[in-house]
Amino acid sequence: MSAPVKNPETQVRRPDEPLFKRLTRQQLFIPVAALALLVLFNLIADPSFFAVSINQNSLGNPVLSGNMVSVLDNASELVILSIGMTLVTASSGGQDISVGATMAIAGSVILRMVCGGQVTADTMQTPLILAVLAGVLATMLCGAFNGTLVAYFKIQPMVATLIMYTAGRSIAAWINNNQLPIINDLGFKYAGTFLPGVPVPTPIFITVLVILAFWLILKFTTLGLYTQSVGINANSSRLNGLDPKLIKLLTYVILGVCVALAGFIRVSRSGSINYSRMAENIEMDAILAVALGGNALSGGKFNIYGSILGAYVIQFLTTTLYKYDVPSTALPAYKAVVVILLVVLSAPVVREKLASMKKAPAKAAKEVS
Amino acid sequence: MKMKKVLGLALAAALSLSLVACGGGGNNNGGASSGGNTSNPPAGGSSSSSSAQQPTGGGTGEPITVGIINNDPNESGYRTANDAAMRAMFTEANGYKATFYNNNDAAQQIAEAQQMIQNEVDFLLLSPASTTGWDTVLKDAQDAGTQVILFDRMLEADESMYVAAVVSDMPAEGVTAVNWLADQGLEEYNIVHIQGLMGTDAQVGRTGALDEKVAAEANWNYVTQQTASWDEETARTITQSVIDSGKSFNVIYAENNGMARGAVAALDANGITHGKDGDVIVMGFDSDTWAMEAVLNGSWNYMGLCNPLQAETVDRIIKDLAAGNAPSQKIIYTPEQGFDAATITQADVDTYGT
Repeated sequence: MSAPVKNPETQVRRPDEPLFKRLTRQQLFIPVAALALLVLFNLIADPSFFAVSINQNSLGNPVLSGNMVSVLDNASELVILSIGMTLVTASSGGQDISVGATMAIAGSVILRMVCGGQVTADTMQTPLILAVLAGVLATMLCGAFNGTLVAYFKIQPMVATLIMYTAGRSIAAWINNNQLPIINDLGFKYAGTFLPGVPVPTPIFITVLVILAFWLILKFTTLGLYTQSVGINANSSRLNGLDPKLIKLLTYVILGVCVALAGFIRVSRSGSINYSRMAENIEMDAILAVALGGNALSGGKFNIYGSILGAYVIQFLTTTLYKYDVPSTALPAYKAVVVILLVVLSAPVVREKLASMKKAPAKAAKEVS
Repeated sequence: MKMKKVLGLALAAALSLSLVACGGGGNNNGGASSGGNTSNPPAGGSSSSSSAQQPTGGGTGEPITVGIINNDPNESGYRTANDAAMRAMFTEANGYKATFYNNNDAAQQIAEAQQMIQNEVDFLLLSPASTTGWDTVLKDAQDAGTQVILFDRMLEADESMYVAAVVSDMPAEGVTAVNWLADQGLEEYNIVHIQGLMGTDAQVGRTGALDEKVAAEANWNYVTQQTASWDEETARTITQSVIDSGKSFNVIYAENNGMARGAVAALDANGITHGKDGDVIVMGFDSDTWAMEAVLNGSWNYMGLCNPLQAETVDRIIKDLAAGNAPSQKIIYTPEQGFDAATITQADVDTYGT
């Protein structure tokens, strides 16, 4: 990983396409380099990693399959979460560690609605859209709860969200009376598997839509600017007429919406739920994605595209390790290596060293946490 | 000063929230990776009861105090059924004053067990999250005169350290399943082995028999051997990655039903046929009704029954001990068997499904 660090600026600053220019701020270097490294490793080790084939699934629909499709498909929940997590990180300078637990709440609410309180249902008892809306509402409430603690009671985000982290999965179990509901309706599983006749997994479409929505929101509203300024200096933004508390609260509620969508994708992959195992430790991956995207975990300036890339890198790494039969219990150890590299690379001492080595004045532009 | 106030508020909020979470369902669960929690049944004034289930233990009018340490009821359908049965049995109506504790973390379980022993419970009912590390607890219990009964899962200790164990014979479950698989007479066994939470009695037992067979037979191979920690989604991902890498396999040996279901989802997504008339043999464990139905309709081939209902046997042992009769056997195995898609009947599903 250390080799390509030598000239990050020249690598990512060269493209002159205007949209691309904005996307490839220098902070994107880390995720891009990590991704390149993984791609390179797989190309050398076994190029068939990238093979994509078209098969028929058991319903007779044509479906794409291959490692790359799996990466894009399985990363969906993480990508959506990392977008919300980036906003929360930027505004409040802390992370929401309850997203896994609140995903379980969203999943539980959605399943409760579509199963109509039964343990096994063969058809949906409630229109899907209503069930999903209920799930969104539930996690928006959780987000509002977290956000209120953080913004109005000024509790550290990690402590505030520890409450939902602890209680969330029990609440999820309670919503379904401790039953593990199962829905066998194929219509419910469209969102997590394939739409009839469409060979691309539906979660990929949902993720693209979410990314597009956030791109539009950040482009046409002041949310991004406000979030950033509150994160950099809440007091001066207040003096400039912003309401830092409201904006912090808002980012947590937005994360709530992301959580519900991720939870919906997760439960519709299988049509069932396991409260204590569902999306276990996904909060750590989401935070890692934000960090991997070159965002300062202490808040302020942010780049959601960095986090999105970071999320794909994490899934790419996971899939690669699975391919080489690395025990799944060992995965966290490999992620730890990534974290160590990140921390070391972003440490001020190392940065100064790197900067002086290249005498790159642009280094100063990178926000200092 | 300010910090203290804030912290106080946070704690109060946390407390009230967990109360809502537990009280609402009339049932409490250890949070996934959280601390878990302990609950006492509401302290009733008298122990006399008008239940039809005749409180035999309440001969002296004093309820028997039991501390029950179990795993997280949300980890699988099996555990949900197991926990529910225990809670239904050890009630005041049946002559017990029970304290429940649920956690998947053995260290937390051990701490809570020690607390219960200090509280001088008569019986400590234990379903250990790991098979090792219990020596101090068992020793303390013996010194304090607390009788330990293991249920559902074994631990590694001398038999003299507990009065009885009502458990599933996990190694036997593994052997039954592997023998069944061997009887299928495949030319080559290319197995995708999806393991449970590593170190649990169920995982160790179910893995053991298969490991031995694969090591012994030339035509038995692992395509992959991975743990999904009882999680369906992880099992799906693992199976999908095997399919993506183009390796061929003809057996899915998943150590519980949820994981088998996840693996089947990956097979379905790739159009790989499975079950009675399919290319891939699907095997699961536990007792979920939906899984038995999957075996019944031929979409799966085999389910190894793991009976979660030990509460009645445990109850009988305690009542006997209270009356001064030691159990005739120390280790009592719950009756179990494997179900084959070719022979399973609707009656089996009705009898054993939970």
